[in-house]
Amino acid sequence: MVIIGNGIAGVTCARHVRRYDPDIRITLISEESAHFYSRTALMYIYMGHMTYAHTKPYEDSFWPKNRLELLQARVESVHPKEKVLRLKGQESPFSYDILVIASGSRPRMLPVPGSEGPGVQGLYHLQDLERLEAMSPYLKQAVLIGGGLIGVEWAEMLLSRGVQVHFLVREKHFWNTVLDAREGQLLDRHLREHGVQLHLETEASEILRDATGQVSAVRTSKGELLPAQLAGISIGVTPNIDFLEGSGIVCGRGVRVDALNRTSEADIYAIGDCAEFQEAPAPGRKTLEQVWYTGRMQGEALAHTLCHPEDPSPYKPGPWFNSAKFFDIEYQTYGDVPAELRAGEQDLYWEHPEGKIALRLLFSQEASSDAVPRFLGVNSFGWRLRHAYFDQALRAGYPITRVLEELESASFDAEFSPRHAPKVRAAFRAATGLAVREPRKKSFFRFLFSS
Amino acid sequence: MGLGLFTYMLFQGSYRLEREDAAAVIKDIHQEALLPLLEPLYGQEYPSTHAFLSAYDALFQPYNEALKQEERWDEVIWDDYHFALSRSAASGGAVEAPLRWLTLTVGLMVLGGLLYILPLYRGEPAGIKHTGIFFSSMKNRGVLGILTGTYLISFYVILYWFPAYLNQAVFMVDPISKAISGNPASQWFLYGFLYTLIILVMGIRMFRKYRHSRYHLLRTASLMFFQLGFAFLLPEILVLLNQPWYDFKNIWPLDYSFFYTYRIEDMLASGGFGLFMLVWGILLIIIAVPIFTYFYGKRWYCSWVCGCGGLAETAGDPYRQLSDKSLKAWQVERYLVHGVLVFAVGMTFVTLANYFSSFALLGYATDQLHTAYGFLIGSAFAGVIGTGFYPFMGNRVWCRFGCPLAAYLGLVQRFKSRFRITTNGGQCISCGNCSTYCEMGIDVRWYAQRGQNIVRSSCVGCGVCASVCPRGVLKLENGAEAGRIQEELPIIIGNDSIKIKQ
Ligand SMILES: Cc1cc2nc3c(=O)[nH]c(=O)nc-3n(C[C@H](O)[C@H](O)[C@H](O)COP(=O)(O)OP(=O)(O)OC[C@H]3O[C@@H](n4cnc5c(N)ncnc54)[C@H](O)[C@@H]3O)c2cc1C
Ligand code: SF4
Ligand code: SF4
Repeated sequence: MVIIGNGIAGVTCARHVRRYDPDIRITLISEESAHFYSRTALMYIYMGHMTYAHTKPYEDSFWPKNRLELLQARVESVHPKEKVLRLKGQESPFSYDILVIASGSRPRMLPVPGSEGPGVQGLYHLQDLERLEAMSPYLKQAVLIGGGLIGVEWAEMLLSRGVQVHFLVREKHFWNTVLDAREGQLLDRHLREHGVQLHLETEASEILRDATGQVSAVRTSKGELLPAQLAGISIGVTPNIDFLEGSGIVCGRGVRVDALNRTSEADIYAIGDCAEFQEAPAPGRKTLEQVWYTGRMQGEALAHTLCHPEDPSPYKPGPWFNSAKFFDIEYQTYGDVPAELRAGEQDLYWEHPEGKIALRLLFSQEASSDAVPRFLGVNSFGWRLRHAYFDQALRAGYPITRVLEELESASFDAEFSPRHAPKVRAAFRAATGLAVREPRKKSFFRFLFSS
Repeated sequence: MGLGLFTYMLFQGSYRLEREDAAAVIKDIHQEALLPLLEPLYGQEYPSTHAFLSAYDALFQPYNEALKQEERWDEVIWDDYHFALSRSAASGGAVEAPLRWLTLTVGLMVLGGLLYILPLYRGEPAGIKHTGIFFSSMKNRGVLGILTGTYLISFYVILYWFPAYLNQAVFMVDPISKAISGNPASQWFLYGFLYTLIILVMGIRMFRKYRHSRYHLLRTASLMFFQLGFAFLLPEILVLLNQPWYDFKNIWPLDYSFFYTYRIEDMLASGGFGLFMLVWGILLIIIAVPIFTYFYGKRWYCSWVCGCGGLAETAGDPYRQLSDKSLKAWQVERYLVHGVLVFAVGMTFVTLANYFSSFALLGYATDQLHTAYGFLIGSAFAGVIGTGFYPFMGNRVWCRFGCPLAAYLGLVQRFKSRFRITTNGGQCISCGNCSTYCEMGIDVRWYAQRGQNIVRSSCVGCGVCASVCPRGVLKLENGAEAGRIQEELPIIIGNDSIKIKQ
């Protein structure tokens, strides 16, 4: 069995196959790094919170111990008929019986004049970080283009090294595809508090270079000229599948797969960021979801299918969840919470007066007034929530009032943290007129001897 | 600068021993031999501690060695008079002006520290402050870190084995000691004084760094309170009241001398209050440790009360990321820390058996056992390595590899406790912040990324892993014992593909 890519998807698959089957030979081929490391921690390496070594989830001895062979090389092409791969710089073909493509994504590039060449880059691979590190000594100003999660990570990284940061966001507020205006504005404020120069409703129209070819400034759609030595691009990622061209494997945006992660060719599977499902794997889910844990879950599911052909396990994600951190504000979400309400939905937004903690609860709009609305999802800012609780609440369709009444035990904040649940309940009563009980106060004795 | 002056001060002063001085500090049984022997020293001026002690050794060593050669064991002098003699002979420097030197050295250090600490992170939003740690020479074993470690190690070596060289510093704190307990200071008073001060000053740094987290604010305040009140002031006040010196929060076997004959006799000789101390100490061991650890995990002691923990969590915090996370280190840890526990318990049993059999069992052989433990574990391990190695191996070297009480607490925590660190479903992104900043070298991520609760005997419940996690994955909790330890791998929440337990 051969796996292309040693990211979370490929590695999870390899680990689980090894657990089910102690004998099968497993090889992971990857170009980027000799060992699996956590891509999500790239920013922390640059900021000096960790070194590269800390981002490796498994000790180097883990791989030989579990007989997982690692090969650092680039796969140039795949030949399904012959069942071989061609590796860069190697004459002889590399054969496989089962091939798993887990080649991840690459950053999307910017279609504006001047974007080809040094000083304009995305942030995805270790090599991107190396390039950034190399230019850091003379980096004074940077323009970040694209208002998503990676954009904020860019901003935090560069500010930690004293670089002046201009952040261009096309929309009215930050991350408007996912967050509503109130949430977006909370984050806009926080970004500015950290010294980010936020330019809303602004795009880059041209990247200017000096005589030596280095980036000197970025011209915005508002005509402003922002001096910068770097243009950091974070306008999304796209599946990294160029090397499959001509292989005959059917691709759309990503490698097209069915629910069992099978591609159009026999014995070839695709998982993780690079896999695009023909049909949404579950109601409300997208066909292409490029996040950490979907790669992990596809790896788990495929490993089970490969080792239990009699009991295949199609990829079936449960309720959506995700999390991120914007400088100091943590964000979590459970369920499908849209930026704009859809028919039959209503929400309650509560924000702490200091403006760094907020909760948006999404629930149904019932036709009859005596039916209690169902809980549909939640976004939280600066407030940790318990995954197990909300997973259950979404599956079972808890009434929103129950979720509110149990908000204390559904929280995941550290002990002794200030309690905000009563204020949220008060806001809910005021907004909907529905009755929500306060949970019974814990006696001092119970406070001491149970949690 | 304060530190520079402190070091400079240690070389201040001159020495001039008079016969009366010597007579005042030398035990009666040795007076006859030593007073004439030291005759050449009397009235002489020595410019430094070293010169004085060398002159003393030149007279004393040949005499004592000769006795040993001739095996006249009952005449051999085992007592170490270096500290006492040099103290009584000293003049100049801090002897004359203790408070001035105190202000110039410790005062300046505290002032400097506070001037640096108080404005720390001002104007920055509250949050995790770990930027640049691995670029820092101080915090990532650079030149500054190595220098600091070397200075600390030297300090401990001098403190434990050559205290006479700290003479000047001890004089400096004399007035404070006299004010509290009425007695002149010893090197241990000096040590306790500096130790407490460091915890207080660096505790303020923790308040600045973690101003967004009540958990850290509370536990740091608790550590500062127990150090100042229980470890520093109370024992001295007890001495003032003619009671034995006792730190009410120090528990055997960390307090390894608790069952030593002299301590027990001391307590028994002090009437009702001494008896109370004895009973209190025993209750802590057999009742408080298991019960509190059952309800809260060992953190109630290690991260809220303990003095070693107090130093580690305040002064040691900048070095927490240097702990070794490898499997190898974990193996070494288990052998070492439980080994020390067995040693300490064994030693105590032998001592007690000996005591109750009125020394029929082993005579005074237990003393040698005590000396060995005191040297190897009490001084070399807990002090020199435990603290001196902060800048090399992280701030919990002693707590992790050496502390017998931590081993005992850990056994309770692992097998009979409601404490665990809960992993928040499938949210972990394996970034590694938690493992990096775990001072006990626990690979927290290993568990978190499998959706498994963290139940480890060594976890001191400092809560930093939970604070640094950027995805809100970890929470320290006390809860029902059922399901706390997940022997079988749990299915990570969110994946419906696989129904059977894997
Ligand atoms: C900075 C950053 C932060 C992120 N933060 C989060 C987050 O907080 N939460 C979250 O859910 N997601 C986050 N993501 C997204 C997440 O990291 C990805 O979804 C995930 O890493 C995808 O895993 P994968 O295994 O599918 O692919 P990858 O991790 O991309 O691994 C694929 C590997 O295959 C190799 N490869 C590709 N083609 C070839 C070839 N032809 N030959 C040889 N090797 C090849 C690549 O070099 C790469 O190493 C973040 C991404 C980035 C870049
Ligand atoms: S810090 Fe949090 S997200 Fe990162 S590895 Fe640890 S538990 Fe996972
Ligand atoms: S596991 Fe977490 S709470 Fe326990 S010692 Fe390590 S960092 Fe502290």
